[in-house]
Amino acid sequence: MEPDANLVEMMVNMGPQHPSTHGVFRMVLKVDGERIVDVEPHIGYLHRGSEKLSESETYSQVVTLFDRLDYVSNLNNELVFCMAVEKLMSIDVPERAQYMRIILCELNRIASHLLFYGTYGLDAGAITPIMYSFRERERIQNLFESVTGARMMHNFIRIGGLKEEVPVDFTRRVKDLIGQLSTAIDECDTLLSQNEIFLSRTKGVGVISAQAALEIGMTGPPLRASGVVEDVRATDPYQLYDRFDFGIPVGTNGDAWDRYYVPLEEMRQSILIIEQALEQVEAGPVVAQLRRITRPPKGVVFAHAENPRGDLGVYLVSDGTDKPYRVKVRPPSFCNLQALKPLLSNAYLADAVIILGSLDIILGEVDR
Amino acid sequence: MSIVEFGILNLWVSGLLLVLSVVVLSLIYLERKVLGRLQMRIGPMRVGPYGTLQTIADAIKLITKEDIQPEWADKRVYWVAPVLVFIPSFMVWVAIPFSSRIVVQDLDLGLFYVMAFLVLSIVGLVMAGWGSANKYAVIGGLRAAGQLVSYEIPVIMVVAGIAILTQSLSLSYIVEQQQPVPFIVVLPLGLFLFFIAGLAELGRTPFDIYEAESEVVGGPFVEYSGAHWAVFFLAEYVSTFAIAALTSLLFLGGWGWSSPIQEWVGNPIGAEAIAFGEMFIKTYLVVVVIFWVRGTFPRFRIDQLMALGWKVMVPLSFVFVLLVAFATFYGWPWWVLSAINVVVLITLGWYYHKMMHRDDAPVSVVLHSAREVRDARQS
Repeated sequence: MEPDANLVEMMVNMGPQHPSTHGVFRMVLKVDGERIVDVEPHIGYLHRGSEKLSESETYSQVVTLFDRLDYVSNLNNELVFCMAVEKLMSIDVPERAQYMRIILCELNRIASHLLFYGTYGLDAGAITPIMYSFRERERIQNLFESVTGARMMHNFIRIGGLKEEVPVDFTRRVKDLIGQLSTAIDECDTLLSQNEIFLSRTKGVGVISAQAALEIGMTGPPLRASGVVEDVRATDPYQLYDRFDFGIPVGTNGDAWDRYYVPLEEMRQSILIIEQALEQVEAGPVVAQLRRITRPPKGVVFAHAENPRGDLGVYLVSDGTDKPYRVKVRPPSFCNLQALKPLLSNAYLADAVIILGSLDIILGEVDR
Repeated sequence: MSIVEFGILNLWVSGLLLVLSVVVLSLIYLERKVLGRLQMRIGPMRVGPYGTLQTIADAIKLITKEDIQPEWADKRVYWVAPVLVFIPSFMVWVAIPFSSRIVVQDLDLGLFYVMAFLVLSIVGLVMAGWGSANKYAVIGGLRAAGQLVSYEIPVIMVVAGIAILTQSLSLSYIVEQQQPVPFIVVLPLGLFLFFIAGLAELGRTPFDIYEAESEVVGGPFVEYSGAHWAVFFLAEYVSTFAIAALTSLLFLGGWGWSSPIQEWVGNPIGAEAIAFGEMFIKTYLVVVVIFWVRGTFPRFRIDQLMALGWKVMVPLSFVFVLLVAFATFYGWPWWVLSAINVVVLITLGWYYHKMMHRDDAPVSVVLHSAREVRDARQS
């Protein structure tokens, strides 16, 4: 957008340093009083060239780059890349490793949704929810720390399985944790979901139809909020997800409230998955027998998985060396962000924050 | 006025300034602790015993900080704005009594004076917004203008109702009038309107729209730093305390509830101390409620705020004034007024609840079984 001196509208530059653009996102808003006339999103402030960088790293090193895409759901990202390589090399991952991956990924999903819940409360002006959700997120991260040695950039899911066996008290700790989590999620639900002011801020705000959402290419909770039953865990099961019974929360209105509530409900379903996985898991190896240097055959592969923010896809081209020839990431945040422009036209300035927050983007993944 | 009288008055005023500064420090500490309890934190703990010196450390930090002025700011407007916000909020306190004697000037038109000065701070906010040469600040300043002007009306109407009922604008007389029955019982609707509109006047949650952190990043205050920002901050808390004090004076019976104890003590100094203590505790309790609201609610949107103001608060405040006027004219006993008030409040709550939940199911998110979805896709 070019600034125009004769304009009655005002150009407001929101971001990249703004408390509620969730990172270094920038949008230039053309506002007429409190109404948004036009919006131009600018991305790229966090561009690190992960895809290109992957081409000069060995396969096992690329996993660490995937940690840094969606930096609040690291394990889910690692999993997708490892799945792609495993698919290319036709590796049979031991069942125990797959179960552990699922448990860790679902915990990571809960942690990620808790972050969303808290920051969404902040966007709406409620300062308390984030404290409640971060207490729980902290517990999950403490568990991750004792399992993987790191709170965020774990590098724990490796090609062929896991880095190492989980600690001996892992099962007990996870059981304790999910007990605490399920009460805490109910607590979070009662704290914000049915608040009259919150309802009036989010109900009917930023409505997107199922058709429009599909055309944009949205995935994950924002798509499901519009009424589309689409969850990679169910529609294209990977790992051992076809062994679990769980629910897929689907909204009916496609408004900001539905986009807020779908992740909240997903956390409960994740707990169900973890419970089932803990029951089914058996002792065994956690990593497949592989050659020391990963050298997949020549070929092309696409793997995708349901991340907290949607369908993360990895398109991998191998030329037979120990480094990938090309890695292309399909980032769910980036695709969901495309809905911003249609949603924001003619919205209120205050709703810009509510709508952007409900799309739940992570800039590390948008910019890569 | 002789030199001595002038000197005594000056002493009062500087004493008031000192007391208010200490009160503000205590309020900030209280807010941090109350919010901390609400959010399962312990609040400040490191500076001083139980973190009591934290606010003082913050004040020193703010005062010694560099005052940054934006290049494009309208310099005079920019510098004057904080003063214009602070002076009215301080001047209000000249007429607010904390007991029948602990007051700088017990004016006969005290309530009128207080209301007149409470309105003034809006000018400073708009000036701050304009003078900062920042778009967030401009939006914030305009929001402040709209919000404060709209919510002025219910506050003044409620105050007018009380003036009609008590036939006085003197705050200590109003407190005396509440001797058998405080106005919280007689006029619950008035308290409801006054407290909500008061929150909006203060720009506190859920009406912190003009300084909304997540939208306009502090609104009119976005460009201020150091001592000038501290002055805004001070003014905000002084006003919060003023609204809380007014609430307890107008509706909670001020220092009147402890009058049997005051008489029993007999000693005038002791009686004043007890009266002051009662008023002090009540005011702080109201302040805690304000903080509690802050820890609980999200923020309204500006159009919802305006709708609430003009479609609910203003008509209701007119109804309130009419009601009180009728009651005074026909000399209804207090319990009739009280009953009508309660009925209006309950009807209002019921209607609002119905409006809010008129079309949507409480939870519009439904669960689909993953197994069924999986089987459907695979077949």
